[in-house]
Amino acid sequence: MDPVTQVSGKAYPWGQKNVDTDVIIPAHWLKTITREGLGKGAFETVRADPANIFDDPRYAGSPILIAGDNFGCGSSREHAAWALGDMGIKAVIAPSFSDIFSGNAFKNGIVTVVLPQDAIDRLLEVAQDQPISVDLETMTVTTPFQDRFAFELDAFRRQCLMEGLDEVGLTLARDTQISKYEAGVATHRPWMSGERAYAGTSVESTGRT
Amino acid sequence: MAIRPRTLYEKIWDDHVVERRDDGTCLIYIDRHLVHEVTSPQAFSGLRAHGRAVRRPDLTLAVPDHNLPTTKRRDAGGNRVPIADAESAAQLDALERNTADFGIDYIDAAAPEQGIVHVVGPEQGFTLPGTTLVCGDSHTSAHGALGALAFGIGTSEVEHVLATQTLLLGQSKTMEVRVDGTLGFGVSPKDVILAIIGKIGAAGGTGHVLEYTGSIIRAMSIEGRLTIANMSIEGGARAGLVAPDETTFAYLKGRPMAPKGEDWEQAVTYWRTLPSDANARYDALVTLDATNIAPQLTWGTSPEDVVAITGFVPDPDSFADPAKRDAARKSLDYMGLTPGTAMQDVAVDYVFIGSCTNSRIEDLRAAAAVANGRHVAPGMHAMIVPGSGLVKRQAEAEGLDRIFLAAGFDWREPGCSMCLAMNPDKVPPGKRCASTSNRNFVGRQGPGARTHLVSPAMAAAAAVTGRLSDVRDLMSGPGGDSL
Repeated sequence: MDPVTQVSGKAYPWGQKNVDTDVIIPAHWLKTITREGLGKGAFETVRADPANIFDDPRYAGSPILIAGDNFGCGSSREHAAWALGDMGIKAVIAPSFSDIFSGNAFKNGIVTVVLPQDAIDRLLEVAQDQPISVDLETMTVTTPFQDRFAFELDAFRRQCLMEGLDEVGLTLARDTQISKYEAGVATHRPWMSGERAYAGTSVESTGRT
Repeated sequence: MAIRPRTLYEKIWDDHVVERRDDGTCLIYIDRHLVHEVTSPQAFSGLRAHGRAVRRPDLTLAVPDHNLPTTKRRDAGGNRVPIADAESAAQLDALERNTADFGIDYIDAAAPEQGIVHVVGPEQGFTLPGTTLVCGDSHTSAHGALGALAFGIGTSEVEHVLATQTLLLGQSKTMEVRVDGTLGFGVSPKDVILAIIGKIGAAGGTGHVLEYTGSIIRAMSIEGRLTIANMSIEGGARAGLVAPDETTFAYLKGRPMAPKGEDWEQAVTYWRTLPSDANARYDALVTLDATNIAPQLTWGTSPEDVVAITGFVPDPDSFADPAKRDAARKSLDYMGLTPGTAMQDVAVDYVFIGSCTNSRIEDLRAAAAVANGRHVAPGMHAMIVPGSGLVKRQAEAEGLDRIFLAAGFDWREPGCSMCLAMNPDKVPPGKRCASTSNRNFVGRQGPGARTHLVSPAMAAAAAVTGRLSDVRDLMSGPGGDSL
């Protein structure tokens, strides 16, 4: 993951509420076995309308998307984050995000910035014709008009974003602690270890539904 | 020092902390990992790219479901029928190769146990109370019905769990959703969860783990609880829990992957300690008196757009929130509905009975009770997709397939099917579907498709009348046909 400290530029002033991941990337795009190339499917149903914001030349290629409440709700598909990244979006600003989406976005170097609705309203207005800036160093969103909105971000996520850390690698380094936990479970909750019961037994099983 | 009373969620959380970080986030151990073909290929590629292994293949189970066609899997000669769509076939091939390479148990597409991952987990006894269970699918919340802390994850997290059997998580807030009263005739668990989502909204549970409590939930079967917990995510909650009880234990006992003998006794003893303590505190409380709810359905393109079948298409101007007014206008335009129309006057072209929300045996029985002796309306395509091969086999043993076929329903092979239209099962543009699935999003059942979420009995009622209908009008009432 590439480190990200600041995202500046034009922003799609969308403001749409409850944008679900089926809207971000429809299911038929999920048949891929790679992470690349999903930008062309991003917001397909929105883009079916010729007057849509994503094909408006004023905003084309914006690295920032401004949306309404509950952005990224619905499916857990990380393809939504891959699609946004592939179309060049590096930050999404909204009053709230679905928990799964914000996790997926962060793991792909996309910053999810939570700001109150009145700040969103102001940014939607500014972004009509002016750039905005998201800064992870100062944890603020700023505009050329001296607007300055502070936001919060989980410290670990911030560090991962700013340093481009490999989270799997970080956790693998905790192997001793994980093994210790597993040993405790084997003692106290022995039924928890997988018996690989499926193999060979279930076909002849009770067949209960 | 007295022990602080804890909720079910807090107890499961506490028992799974591998390590607590300074900022309060915890490395949480994952007991069970379900894998399917759509959200896993990139995770396995990631493992390969770094030369990493799967830490606990014995805690991982894979089954294809999302884009399998629901037509016959084997031909008359017993040979596998190839998948026509090249991309879908490639995804299935990738899952077969990945599970073989990494030593993960795999339920083959043509196996009798194949089915929707969230139907298979409980059915096989892979899902157990007090476990942490994840899957690269948001409806993983379903497994909370058995008292498992279960939630959907993205593909990077799938990779993380495969490699480390853990996830780094912040603790969620808790919300008690208490459902009391008596369920009226013809009113099902699906109606209860739709009513809850209508009440809390599609983002109402964001940041929370729900726990469903109250007399209605206690009296409910595991199948019904699965329907409820399944749709927690539609209320914004990543997970929803039901405390394990005798119903849970009776459901699990003897299932292929459930503990046996001494292990079973020990497990039940532990599971009995899990229900929330009497004085445990939740961060939020929502109550629903289910006594007076009618069968519910959706009118718009968000699962929060809920109305009773006796109700009318709402006027967007009736919403106080300007954003909601705007969204409602767009929804009604997409749905082709006029404010003030009685919901029961809306004609339907398609019916889909299936999905991880409503494809279990009780769902099929409820639909069959309505379909029995009736016929699908002219021009209607009504499709039934059992949740698993075992559900299908059970339904056939009970003769439900004959009821459906005689009534003109299409009886299919198991999979996710028309819930998300990744396979060939799609609702055509502009067509209207009464669906037992979980999402009425724009384009969810196919580009331009219009979805009304309903219970299995309500879906069957729509199939035989050709319009959205109050199933209670088709049944003879208490003492008569049972739903």
